[in-house]
Amino acid sequence: MQLARVIGDVVVTRKDENLTGIKLLVVQPLTPERKPAGRPLVAVDAVGAGVGEEVFFVRGKEASFPFYPLEPPVDAGIVGIVDHWDLENT
Amino acid sequence: MLLAKIVGTVVATRKDPRLVSHKLLVARPIDPGGKTDGNYLVAVDTVDAGVGETVLIVSGSSARMASGMKDCPVDAAIVGIIDMIEVSD
Repeated sequence: MQLARVIGDVVVTRKDENLTGIKLLVVQPLTPERKPAGRPLVAVDAVGAGVGEEVFFVRGKEASFPFYPLEPPVDAGIVGIVDHWDLENT
Repeated sequence: MLLAKIVGTVVATRKDPRLVSHKLLVARPIDPGGKTDGNYLVAVDTVDAGVGETVLIVSGSSARMASGMKDCPVDAAIVGIIDMIEVSD
């Protein structure tokens, strides 16, 4: 799983029928120092996240598991909203 | 999932039988601002997308979960046509 910040949302009318009712958000992966890590991507939301929040998301087929028994065609999904994270100084 | 712009079509006569009658399109991944980064990929179309449209592409094994793609040898599928991307700084 990866830390990220939600930076936007995507509106899609014509889509796979199994995506109906699922919120799509633009997330920017973050380093532990909260710097952008790589390019932004689109992830489905399984926890009610919103723009500006720090979240963690899962990649791959597992992103569809929160929607079981539906199997939406998704490869990135937000599965948690981060309250805070701490790093030991090393 | 990737945001991408459709830039072309692919015609392939000899191919895996499970790909017969599926439309293949050439797509360029973009960032939320619409900028491309030089990469291209071929994706199978499940939502009747066309050249010039901005789409949502699912990649990896999840592409097989797109409608009609069960057990097909694909790793990128177009699963949505994007109306609007809203990004705040």
